[in-house]
Amino acid sequence: MNNFPILSLITFLPILGMLIILFIPKRNSLFIKSFTIIITAIQLVLAIVLLVNYNFNLAGINDIKSFQFVEKFRWIEIDGFAWLGKIKIDYFLGVDGLSVPMILLTTIITFIASISSWTIDKSIKGYFLMFLLLDTGMIGVFVALDFFLFYIFWELMLLPMYFLIGIWGGPRREYAAIKFFLYTLLGSVLILLVMIGLYFSTMETLADGTRVFTFNMLEMMNPTNYTQNGILSPLNPANLRFIAFIGLFIGFAIKIPMFPFHTWLPDAHVEAPTPISVILAGILLKMGTYGILRISYPIFPDITKDLIWWIALFGAINIIYGALCAMAQKDFKKLIAYSSVSHMGYVMLGMAALNTLGISGAILQMFNHGTITAMLFLLVGVVYDRAHIRDIEGFGGLGKQMPIYTGFTTVAFFAAIGLPGLSGFISEALVFLGSFGNDSIRILAIISTLGILLGAGYMLWTLQRVFLGSLPEKWNQLTDLDTREYIMFVPLVIIIIFLGVYPSPMLNLMNSSVNAIVDIVEKSGSFIKSIGSL
Amino acid sequence: MNINNFLSDLNLIYPEIILVSTLVIVLLFDLIFKHNKSFLPIISLAGITFAIFFTILNFGKNEFAFGYGSNNFLLSIDDFSNFFKLLILISSIFIILFSILSNEIKICRDRHGEYYTLLLGMIIGMFFLVSANDLIVIYISIEILSLSSYILAGFVKTSLRNSEASLKYVIYGGVSSGIMIFGMSLIYGMTGSTNLSEINSILKVTALSDVTFLTSLLMVLAGLGFKISVVPFHFWTPDVYEGAPIPITAYLSVASKAAGFAVLIRFIKIMFLSGITNNEYWVLYPIIDWRSLLIIFSIITMTLGNLSALWQDNLKRMLAYSSIAHAGYILLGLAVLSNQGLTAVLIYFIIYLFMNLGAFLVVMLIANEINSEDINDYKGLGYSLPFLSAMLSIFLISLVGLPPTAGFIAKLYLFIALVDAKMIVVAIIALINTVISLYYYVRVLKNLYLSKPAENKIKIRNLSFVYSLVLIMVVPVILFGIYFAPITNLAKYSLKILGM
Repeated sequence: MNNFPILSLITFLPILGMLIILFIPKRNSLFIKSFTIIITAIQLVLAIVLLVNYNFNLAGINDIKSFQFVEKFRWIEIDGFAWLGKIKIDYFLGVDGLSVPMILLTTIITFIASISSWTIDKSIKGYFLMFLLLDTGMIGVFVALDFFLFYIFWELMLLPMYFLIGIWGGPRREYAAIKFFLYTLLGSVLILLVMIGLYFSTMETLADGTRVFTFNMLEMMNPTNYTQNGILSPLNPANLRFIAFIGLFIGFAIKIPMFPFHTWLPDAHVEAPTPISVILAGILLKMGTYGILRISYPIFPDITKDLIWWIALFGAINIIYGALCAMAQKDFKKLIAYSSVSHMGYVMLGMAALNTLGISGAILQMFNHGTITAMLFLLVGVVYDRAHIRDIEGFGGLGKQMPIYTGFTTVAFFAAIGLPGLSGFISEALVFLGSFGNDSIRILAIISTLGILLGAGYMLWTLQRVFLGSLPEKWNQLTDLDTREYIMFVPLVIIIIFLGVYPSPMLNLMNSSVNAIVDIVEKSGSFIKSIGSL
Repeated sequence: MNINNFLSDLNLIYPEIILVSTLVIVLLFDLIFKHNKSFLPIISLAGITFAIFFTILNFGKNEFAFGYGSNNFLLSIDDFSNFFKLLILISSIFIILFSILSNEIKICRDRHGEYYTLLLGMIIGMFFLVSANDLIVIYISIEILSLSSYILAGFVKTSLRNSEASLKYVIYGGVSSGIMIFGMSLIYGMTGSTNLSEINSILKVTALSDVTFLTSLLMVLAGLGFKISVVPFHFWTPDVYEGAPIPITAYLSVASKAAGFAVLIRFIKIMFLSGITNNEYWVLYPIIDWRSLLIIFSIITMTLGNLSALWQDNLKRMLAYSSIAHAGYILLGLAVLSNQGLTAVLIYFIIYLFMNLGAFLVVMLIANEINSEDINDYKGLGYSLPFLSAMLSIFLISLVGLPPTAGFIAKLYLFIALVDAKMIVVAIIALINTVISLYYYVRVLKNLYLSKPAENKIKIRNLSFVYSLVLIMVVPVILFGIYFAPITNLAKYSLKILGM
């Protein structure tokens, strides 16, 4: 099993599907749709195979030996540069407890989004081509362990996303698409710059003993690999590590999106078609926090430790500000978009706690938010498909007209609020436990609990306005869920309830990796400081 | 001059000799067989192919040619010049294929002989330019290049904007070469030599840093800056690019610019190099703060190019400004003043060749079908011309510099060189420029795809020829984005500049 390139297969299966779809005539739209669903279903199956064969005890993070399903080949190798020695880039994939939950989330959400894409009726071939390209980019980000490869996958997502919002989106789609594109490109160029800076600051020892500059993330995490005068090396007294951390953080924060870089999100969400909103909220937002945990934390442990208060502060701002904005929204979809801003704040707060509880909570919250928000956007999509409006005030009394739909919505809403027994509760509780446990950010954690109250406020208020009260006459014709929609909702509800009642499999999955992250930040932070002061 | 040496040095310029013979053959063929115009491009292509073959054979030779005096040579046939010759020949092949397809060129059928003759004249000018080791040769070859291109820019006599472009080009070009020759004469007056290597050794003994020398130097740089359209010598570029026939615009933006850069690099490196550090950074005579000078010009160039491109509705004009911006990026590679920066420049040119020519090619093919280069006429073309639109998108994305296209690799090497030279602020400015440039490139994609689809499909003429030509250009753009070892190796082997 270990020699089988399962990660490459998961990653590049959509590209393969893309090539096949490219040669299918446009009129076979039914085939194109079902073919995409099959591709994503195979991916999901592969992800489950991955999970079954995954060894829960290995930590990963900065140790290649405890990464699993590793694929490492020399991709680019150029000799004989007087100033660099050798240029070497690896094709390096592998998973640990941080990436497996994300791969699971990605495959689940993509599968459901491909089912949800059934209703797309404009340029179907183009849509599914872009959809599959996006899919490859997303999985690639979560499996790449070479910074260069990571960056390529990261950028690969931009163009399909631009088209998916821009062509198949709502009335203001052009504005939303270009705004998304510009914001995320700005973030990526910051990441690019830090990547190049790190390249010149770390050297890897090859098998034959030669030392070369490296893009390998794991080698970048090892403090003994730093060069004497690299600009991001702690050995260099004039190093720019602090600025680089901020740049990298902003690059990732735009994706989260962290206040004040969040303004692209409501636009993109409102204009994007339902399946793309689902992917955007369910997967793309997680890449920001994943990047911080995967790259910023282990490579800049010293700076991370100094700045956790600020990370927690922005987390708290996200929580409260997002909730307040959500409360003021009249558009159902925009409300969910702002609730995402609020919920991603919990992830940041948990990360800032810098202990096992907090970071586990953060990763779990990433997973749970992915499933819950995906469901919320799908639910908005259901009612929008039927009523063609999303104005909260325009509805009322849907509870009687669409009882099953109401039931699903209630579950999703309560999960988002954090009702015990549903998955959202566990992760939020862990985040708060973790952040209370860290003295320096306890105050911020206390303030953030206000977010729960506000969250309950806007969610319940929305529930009341949409589903209770009297039904306006024009909505008499609305039908309840059909089979396709059942297929989308039932698995999500099962996951939400299962993880609400029995979260330990998920927590065990990430536990050793989380411990490793905490350990790196705690220990090598001081180590780097000690070599820096030499 | 020893005649035996002269004859043996002819061996080194086989490619040039072949091109001159091709020019003569094309001219004679056109005179003799007046009605058989379709053979002209084939003869030119054959000549260029031979020249490519002999250029490749010249790789690794690194010899001076045509000596005079004690130790002065007119030409240096080194890997650096061979690299640029190869670049020029490859783009010439594409340009001739473009010309076959171009509607603008097609209508002047009875003057095709002139067209290909002048094109070959341009190539010959560029060939001598990239290997010139003497101010006089630089001047003469720039004139050969310019005179041919003035005429080609206004080749379609019936088109008003062609004539306008040509006239503007002549006026600007005339002034700038006047300034340049004046500067050269001052340099000669002060050093007593026109040979780059000899001036270098003179500068070593006598420190010439007075105002006159500085002025003469800047005058020569202004003349060279005109060729590579660096701000503030760029004013001709948008007008000429917009007015000239598209194949000529594409040619000016790639080959002529490459030749201009080659001579600029040789001029700076051979004339002013005093030593090389361990990391292969160049130490230049401190006549002027070279790095700051180049950085300032490159930043102004790229910023102005990008900001002006934002407002353009004519796609040719937009690509003109975009090519100004790219000249800024390339100049930044030179500003690093190291072999690493030079590698980045060479890699940038290889990739720029494919992506820029490709973009112009598709614009031309679309203009052939819809008779317009206006961005507003591109609305919905993504649905009526799906193949060409998709290819144009790839070229434009590569021009932005997004992975997995080759444009990213070009930018990556540039930024690697910048970061290694600790030019972080400059790198940040260049990156912000990249983000700005995204807006106008994506504006084209927006018009292609995001506007409402047009109903009718447009049929392309010469379908298989068009498809294969576009594919030949798009394959390297994707391939070198994913596997860029070959071009890096080529650039690495082409660093050798003879001199000193």
